[in-house]
Amino acid sequence: MIERTKIILIACAATFAVLSSSIGGINPYYYDILIGCGISIILAVGLNLVNGYTGQFSLGHAGFMAVGAYLASAMSLGIIIPYFEAPIWMPSAEALASDPSATLAWWEYILKATGLICGWLINALFWIHNSIVPLGAALPGWAKFLFALLYGGGIAALAGLTVGVPSLRLKGDYLAIVTLGFNEIIKVIIQNAEPVGASRGLGGMDQQTNFFWAFSFAALAVYVIWNIVHSTYGRGFLAVRDDEIAAEAMGINTTKYKVLAFVLAAFFAGIAGGLYAHFKQFIHPEGFNFMKSVDIVVMVILGGMGSMVGVCFAAVLLTVLPEILRWVAKIESLPQWAREIAENRMIIYSLILIILMLARPQGLFAGWIKKKPRSA
Amino acid sequence: MSPQTIEFIQQLINGLSLGAIYALIALGYTMVFGVLRFINFAHGDLYMVGSFAGWMLFAAPEDESKTGVWASLSRSFAAIPPGMTKVLLALMLAMMICAALGILIEWLCYRPLRQRPRITVLITAIGVSLFLESFGQYIWGAAPKSFPTLIEDTAIEIPESWGSIASLTLLKGQIITFCTTLGLLAALTFIVLKTKIGMAMRALALNQTACSLVGVNVNFVVAFTFGLGSALAGAAGILTSIQQPSIDPLMGILPGLKAFVAAVLGGIGNLAGAVLGAFLLGIVETMVVGYISPTYRDAVAFAVLIFILLLRPSGLLGKNIREKV
Amino acid sequence: MDKKETPLRMSAPLLQLDNVTVQFGGLKAVVDVSFSIGERELVGLIGPNGAGKTTVFNAITGVYHPTAGHVSFAGKKVGKQPPYKITARGIARTFQNIRLFGSMTVFDNVRCAFNMRLKHGISHALWRGSKVAAEEALIEREVMELLEIFGLHEQRDENAKSLPYGDQRRLEIVRALATKPKLLLLDEPAAGMNPTEKIELMKLIRFVKEKFDLAVLLVEHDMKVVMGICERIAVLDYGQKIAEGTPAEIRTNPKVIAAYLGKEVD
Repeated sequence: MIERTKIILIACAATFAVLSSSIGGINPYYYDILIGCGISIILAVGLNLVNGYTGQFSLGHAGFMAVGAYLASAMSLGIIIPYFEAPIWMPSAEALASDPSATLAWWEYILKATGLICGWLINALFWIHNSIVPLGAALPGWAKFLFALLYGGGIAALAGLTVGVPSLRLKGDYLAIVTLGFNEIIKVIIQNAEPVGASRGLGGMDQQTNFFWAFSFAALAVYVIWNIVHSTYGRGFLAVRDDEIAAEAMGINTTKYKVLAFVLAAFFAGIAGGLYAHFKQFIHPEGFNFMKSVDIVVMVILGGMGSMVGVCFAAVLLTVLPEILRWVAKIESLPQWAREIAENRMIIYSLILIILMLARPQGLFAGWIKKKPRSA
Repeated sequence: MSPQTIEFIQQLINGLSLGAIYALIALGYTMVFGVLRFINFAHGDLYMVGSFAGWMLFAAPEDESKTGVWASLSRSFAAIPPGMTKVLLALMLAMMICAALGILIEWLCYRPLRQRPRITVLITAIGVSLFLESFGQYIWGAAPKSFPTLIEDTAIEIPESWGSIASLTLLKGQIITFCTTLGLLAALTFIVLKTKIGMAMRALALNQTACSLVGVNVNFVVAFTFGLGSALAGAAGILTSIQQPSIDPLMGILPGLKAFVAAVLGGIGNLAGAVLGAFLLGIVETMVVGYISPTYRDAVAFAVLIFILLLRPSGLLGKNIREKV
Repeated sequence: MDKKETPLRMSAPLLQLDNVTVQFGGLKAVVDVSFSIGERELVGLIGPNGAGKTTVFNAITGVYHPTAGHVSFAGKKVGKQPPYKITARGIARTFQNIRLFGSMTVFDNVRCAFNMRLKHGISHALWRGSKVAAEEALIEREVMELLEIFGLHEQRDENAKSLPYGDQRRLEIVRALATKPKLLLLDEPAAGMNPTEKIELMKLIRFVKEKFDLAVLLVEHDMKVVMGICERIAVLDYGQKIAEGTPAEIRTNPKVIAAYLGKEVD
């Protein structure tokens, strides 16, 4: 007896495949928005797992999107990362050799050793990447794209692990700030990474993202996260949100759940990043900054933290909103100041946030969908 | 003294000057956290408001497009010759405007959420911050503005007879920053330690319920705290603009974040910690820029933040508050 | 006392505290406390407010780690294990202020306790096979059984926090029992109850102990409840153990009386 949700998922994917060819022909402007909706859903649903279901406050989700975008692009463009020569702050072997009277102090040895070890570790990571790239290049069209996406998602998941493990013992405000910090650090790393274009951005990807890919992954994200949460295993996430101490007392490894939520969300953010990169065909580090993270957080809050349907609606709404505002700004009959405010969507956003928190902190959509009176 | 030592002292001076600004902003963060237990994301933008208050009042209206009352006000203020009086006037006015704005924001946006979970208030604070920034861009435009000259920011002449120290550059702006900061710190210490309202602030930081039970007007004390913190941020805005006359509506983001890191470094909720953390951060940042590379200027704060939160989240001077089970 | 219990007293105790001290900075909440609990014993832990009773609970369950001394369970030291591992070993607890999972139903609250014994992991998310379905069905049966025993099965789909106070306390006990413990720690279960409810509670605790075959450590302020059901009682004052014995002995112990009522003024 195949699970009902599985049937729905497969049906969705089939529908999308069929629709994809015809939808590709619609007005490019609307197509853009449509794909954007799909990508936003993936981002929001992933963050909802962390912020909504597990009650952790992550403000750095765009960082994982960036990791996915850049690594997926690197894979499909076949970018090889050159290795470090020697740590920049240490004299090279030749310099040392040419001046035999220079003996290093003991602390200089330690510094040099640490520098060398760090350099080796980083080079090892680069070597792994460089070895995987030709594997991807050998694959045919769509398989290469899928491979790149999964690669981006996988590395993003690793990034989620790296950020999550040390950070997740912090609570509330502190966790928010640390995740924000990591978002900035990821951005700074990209801005200094020459092989992927640094501050100039990275372009040249094929436009391989279409309706099918974007929405199939969106459906997959919803499927995976819904299934996980609505099971005995998944109740652990909610327990962590409701009362960590009680959860621990009930035998639930709260750290594991927090890290798991983080890693899973980061994976999907990475996929979303890869999809984005192969749609817009150009990515830039500033596109993955704090503001983008806030965008995604607003989607989760607007949708009602922990409400899957609400979050999907909110993601679509907030993707479409800037376009609506742009349209409003063009309405000639409105006064100039109204048109200007519509142009500046940040004003509207921030007001939405403030009013929402004051009036309806559970989100716009929470409680609209009457839940069946069965425990999940 | 060797040139390296002179260089080091120069960096130290610059670092302390930077740290002073961070200290003024960090105090606001820490005071609000102390009484309300939340991080006011919008605080850094009050620093920006301080600068712009100075610009609105003191920049000659012909330079920029100002209308109505601002035009006439700024015409008269711009006419004042540059000097200490102008500086003090700017400081006072900016501090008053920022204090008022801070109190208004607290009353409108944070007070209704007093009983709600902290995350709700945090998100509201992000909203307020974004609003101030975007609204600022809307009114003043995103392009940087030129802050009017309140005082000639020239270097102090150090007599040659003092030896190699004479090669140090000590700007008037830096001296004013130091002195103003020290003065404000002294005033703040006096208020917190020696006045009734200061005692109320300290009590509120310890136990809000008990305070209201013994008759402390919690709303008033909170408003006062906000006003005080915002005033300090406004002062920081003016002091920075004396040395860096290019201001724009987004200028509060980075200093705000860095001042927050400073507050966390020192132990959030701890006033002395905020000052200590701020000076430390200012010095470290200046040293990194001077000795390693300017590209890492902003990354320093984040690196410090990550380190301190992962190693010692309560900060250098903070106390670890355990949750009662 | 049936024949089964006497030999057990001579074998290794289920829970043992050896010179446990819990210190927070300068404050010593628990000082050099030693006692033990055997299998299937019902032991009470009493003392004036602030004596350190909940701290002892927290030390046993791993929320705090003893600054000195150690806690042993079933012969093995508990060490610095995190609380969830200690629960897996067989110690469950309830809390002074009820800590139910507020966003979940009655059913789900109990269901959470089965997390630590799940045989499947995250992989089931992608492919819910028959094994997973079978396990979920088993869990459903076990949870409903538990709820039925305590008469909460009708409210299974209601939000846990919407239950009346007494039912919430019982639900917390059910949830703790769902972890299949060998030792149950109850932290002031009678708080906020009227005399009738307290009598019901006493019956409930005795029933739970018998039916689920476990030892119970009870922290309680209500002397009727404590004296009524406990086989042994330990008394704490200012973090130190000042007396231990049967209810009759404790009732007449001058140190205990002094701790609660203060010394007589001559």
